[in-house]
Amino acid sequence: MAHPLAPAAVEFRGVTKAFNGVPAVDQLSLRIRPGEFFSLLGPSGCGKTTTLRLLAGLEAPDAGEVVIDGRVVNALRPYERRLSMVFQNYALFPHLTVERNVAFGLEERGLSRQAIRPRVEEALGLVRLEPATFARRLPAQLSGGQRQRVALARALVLEPGILLLDEPLGAIDLQLRKAMQLELRALNRRLGITFVYVTHDQEEALTMSDRIAVMDQARVAQVGTPAEVYENPRTAFVARFIGESNLLEGRAERGDTGGWVMRTPEGDGIALPSHDALRAGQPVRLAIRPEWLDLFTPGTVPAGENALPATVCEVIYLGETLHVLAELPSGATIRVALRNEGQLGKPLPWTPGQAVMVGWLPEDCQVLEAP
Amino acid sequence: MTPARRRGRLRRIVNGALRRPGPLLVPAGGWLLLFFALPLAIMAAYSVMPRGTYGGVDPGFTLEHYARFFDPLYLSMLQRTTVTALVCTAICLLLGYPVAYAIARAGPRKNLLLLLVVLPFWSSFLVRTFAMIFLLRDSGFINGLLLRLGLIDAPLTLLYTPFAVMVGLVYTFLPFMILPVYASLERLDPSLLEAGAVLGARPAARFRRIVLPLSMPGVVAGCLLVFVPALGSFIPSDLLGGAKHMLIGNLVQNQFTAARNWPFGSAASFVVMLAVLLGVLLYLRQRDRMPGGTV
Amino acid sequence: MSGRLPRWLGVVVAGVYLFLHLPLLVLIAFSFNESRFSAAWTGFTLEWYRRLLEREDILLGLRNSLIVGLTTTALATLGGTLLALALARHRFRGRRVAESLLYVPLVTPEIVVGISLLSLFAAVRISLGLGTIIVAHVAFCLSFVTVVVRARLADMDSALEEAALTLGADELSVFRRVTLPQLAPGIAAGALLAFILSFDDYVITSLVAGSGSSTLPVVVYGMVRRTIEPTVNAISTIVLVVTAVLIYLADRLSRGYAR
Repeated sequence: MAHPLAPAAVEFRGVTKAFNGVPAVDQLSLRIRPGEFFSLLGPSGCGKTTTLRLLAGLEAPDAGEVVIDGRVVNALRPYERRLSMVFQNYALFPHLTVERNVAFGLEERGLSRQAIRPRVEEALGLVRLEPATFARRLPAQLSGGQRQRVALARALVLEPGILLLDEPLGAIDLQLRKAMQLELRALNRRLGITFVYVTHDQEEALTMSDRIAVMDQARVAQVGTPAEVYENPRTAFVARFIGESNLLEGRAERGDTGGWVMRTPEGDGIALPSHDALRAGQPVRLAIRPEWLDLFTPGTVPAGENALPATVCEVIYLGETLHVLAELPSGATIRVALRNEGQLGKPLPWTPGQAVMVGWLPEDCQVLEAP
Repeated sequence: MTPARRRGRLRRIVNGALRRPGPLLVPAGGWLLLFFALPLAIMAAYSVMPRGTYGGVDPGFTLEHYARFFDPLYLSMLQRTTVTALVCTAICLLLGYPVAYAIARAGPRKNLLLLLVVLPFWSSFLVRTFAMIFLLRDSGFINGLLLRLGLIDAPLTLLYTPFAVMVGLVYTFLPFMILPVYASLERLDPSLLEAGAVLGARPAARFRRIVLPLSMPGVVAGCLLVFVPALGSFIPSDLLGGAKHMLIGNLVQNQFTAARNWPFGSAASFVVMLAVLLGVLLYLRQRDRMPGGTV
Repeated sequence: MSGRLPRWLGVVVAGVYLFLHLPLLVLIAFSFNESRFSAAWTGFTLEWYRRLLEREDILLGLRNSLIVGLTTTALATLGGTLLALALARHRFRGRRVAESLLYVPLVTPEIVVGISLLSLFAAVRISLGLGTIIVAHVAFCLSFVTVVVRARLADMDSALEEAALTLGADELSVFRRVTLPQLAPGIAAGALLAFILSFDDYVITSLVAGSGSSTLPVVVYGMVRRTIEPTVNAISTIVLVVTAVLIYLADRLSRGYAR
């Protein structure tokens, strides 16, 4: 687009919305920076789609303020806000051709046919649909991926300050989906528009976003960059929703060297990463990602690493990784992800029933917020 | 960036109106309230007021008009009407179910077959009744044919008999049974029948144990759609039955025209309405109870 | 669920179809019969149709039927469509009740509808005429149109309208550019059916029409009772053909846009 676009900043201040007495969004407060790719991530029913719809103006908040570019927009209808939206099932007008679908918003603004034509072509080019081939087709004659691109073009041709996307890649098959994720990311960088993206697929959110808001039951559990959210999950929910996590529990104790140690009910001591806000005797929850764990035969654990004894239950071959499930003395199962160094023709490195030590570096585990 | 259009005052008002249910409901809702509900209320009032000198009403309250229905003359009329409507429903079911079943299984010719049922359904009630007259009367087609074939010597009295009335009623209401039953059968998941076959059920058993029970919502709907209007009908008995076998519908019409007894006619109307409302309530309760059984 | 039907079933079904159509076919056939009285075929003629044109009462009845029919259709379609929109697109208290109440006019016997309206007109001392007929017809056609359009709306994806809102179209634009084009076949089908209902109605019209404003069905009813000659067949045939054409159109409309 030739004209410099003005991406908009978004803010939610204490927004609440309930349906039939059940809150879908509860006291939501968020800030989205201009131009960033911001994802709302969570399981179905967490309120992410409602949040998007509140931003679009398709729902009105019961309380709180929705702010765009510093201006409270609660009273503004969707067509009065400077945004566009791509819907889950694309919502292409079946009775209009691709060209007229894309031109819809421009026609609404009263632009002339001559002014509209080049802009439609530009928009179609942006989403890599050849105008000559596709302009005259009807939505029914397009594949899912093509429809999605038309929906995108239709939204982008209006040069919005914000682009809202409601799980747009859900109905597309895996390979195409991965390609489209990268394309969307590239569009966001190139056009500089603020993208607000709703998804339940955490890998998708991690791939595309500048920052992610993880939502659970009408509230925001954590906001952060992909790295922050993955490596420093604040709650058990976030730790488990993003990637996989093992959870351990115990009580805090002062360690010999001055650091903190978590004492499990079984009596094992686990060195914790440096942490300020602990008190002695406080219940602690720990999250460790499977890929940060390693397995050792008893007695070979390197110094400085935490270790717990365990018995191997199962070894699962996943291609890229091997997952080993082992049972801890407490009875809980711990999952260890090991890189597959090539298994064909070789016996498995660990066998069910084998006694092992599960080890990890203290800084690789994460102390979670008290529930 | 091209700015969005500013919208004028009038337009904003229209937009606001379209957003609320109120303005959309008012025209039709108001009309129905005024010209459907209100008249019924007035008629209800009339039915409990004493009869005036010219057939209208005098002020007052009386239940005498409703009490008259306990008179053997009217009780037998009520009974006759109900029985007639029930028999008509039964015949329509016996004839209509097979047709609905056949259409549901017809494959590509389904639409044509349906259209052929719908056409008589929509053509003028009057014309269809006249068609029956034309067939059944002494100088009519059937008698003419039988006479010329030498099967009879003198014309059979087909018209102006209870038989003619029943034929006329069935003829009128048959499509009302076929369509809902068809809708219900069409919804049937074919894989259910396949499952039945795999489990060892033969065609007759599959019909009895799978198709029939699942088509019940349609059957109930069809029965109500036939029974209820049949209770209030009077044209078939008027044109095909002569003055001999009065049904409630004839009574109502009569009271408002020849006999000039509006309160009594109103009471009679409400007796019919009562049956109708019961029928609708039954249908709605039925429908809410059956899973996926909307017709 | 296809497969072959047992023989006896096929016979029953064929019999029923014959039963439904034969009387009408006979009726039509004999409208061309030369003989005035007998039910035996004596020759082909268009005499009876010609005589229709001479009858003032029929032409007047036709004129009245058209006036009433077109006005009723316009009013009922407009009101019914708006009502259907309200029921389909808005949540409001009492919506469930309203939807159920909508079915009552559909099942109320025509005689009761007619009688009650007569009572209303008498109570308010309105003189009977074409106006009262129109009022009555709209009253019983409204539910009909509403149900048809409502069904069509239920099939429509409301995301389309939301998408249009986010693309800059206000409510009026959404209605004009998205809702209406999608709804058009349903509205057309509803309008056609409203016209047919109005055009064919006898019972209600006979009760609320004044002496000078007979519609075609009222005239035909008189003819059926009194006349024996095949002019009755002729007018019946015309009514049948008109209705059949309209039905066919309505059917094509609702099928042509089927997903």
